[in-house]
Amino acid sequence: MKGSLTILSFFATGLLIGLFRWIPASWISADVSFYVLCALMFSVGFSIGHQPNTIKQFRRIHSRVLFLPLTTIIGTCAGVLAVSAFFKHSAAELLAVGSGFGYYSLSSILITQYKGAELGTIALLANIMREILTLLFAPLMVRWFGNLSPIAAGGATTMDTTFPIIVRTSGKEFSIVSIYNGFIMDFSVPFIVTLFCSL
Amino acid sequence: MFIVLVFMFTGIVAGYLLRSRKIRFQNGFILTLIWVLLFLLGLEVGMNDNVVRKFASLGFEAAVIAIAATFGSIITARLLWKSIKKHEQ
Repeated sequence: MKGSLTILSFFATGLLIGLFRWIPASWISADVSFYVLCALMFSVGFSIGHQPNTIKQFRRIHSRVLFLPLTTIIGTCAGVLAVSAFFKHSAAELLAVGSGFGYYSLSSILITQYKGAELGTIALLANIMREILTLLFAPLMVRWFGNLSPIAAGGATTMDTTFPIIVRTSGKEFSIVSIYNGFIMDFSVPFIVTLFCSL
Repeated sequence: MFIVLVFMFTGIVAGYLLRSRKIRFQNGFILTLIWVLLFLLGLEVGMNDNVVRKFASLGFEAAVIAIAATFGSIITARLLWKSIKKHEQ
């Protein structure tokens, strides 16, 4: 809980400073967060390599974990279907939005192409929110839904942006699962989004 | 995106080579970098006029879908986790 609140407060502070332009926009570029991400990945890698025990733990991971991307797709679709009756868009359109699995840049571009800017913008916002939800609530997810849940929530982002928080909350022994999941989901997004847009 | 993985694997090799030395700072360092990254993400979202402007009209629908999609996937992840735990015993 404390972990989520600290993360939320850092995000909220950034959001407010950005909204009210308390610092000039020219100070910030996407490059800065990329450099921080690279530094983070190096540190996470360092802490994995520094403890040979972690590398041994990779072997203890159960083969059923390989099904994680599949259960994530099923769970995501079931969740979206459960709320689809409340909106004017068709179930297939909303499933296409959900099938971005957090990969907002690609899914929003694809959906804009197939279905227009409005649904594309919904896809952009919904998938940014999925990434933010994962980053904010990963500590709570582990406690309430088990160690695989932040990886499922992170979807296509578990290989990069949500990777550090997953290693931090689920444990270093899950880093290989996180990369495997992100890799499979990344490649699934264009196919699944296209499928639902053509229905 | 793959350049990020290159950084991680370089880190693994560096960490492995230095495994005999005691280095304790890295956990606090990782947490600090996570905070910086979240702060920067907030900053980017807040400064993106396009996202902020459209948030009022399309934000609610997007939020409901995001929460439903995330919640659905963590429930199936819990089922998978439980089946693994059961199988291990």
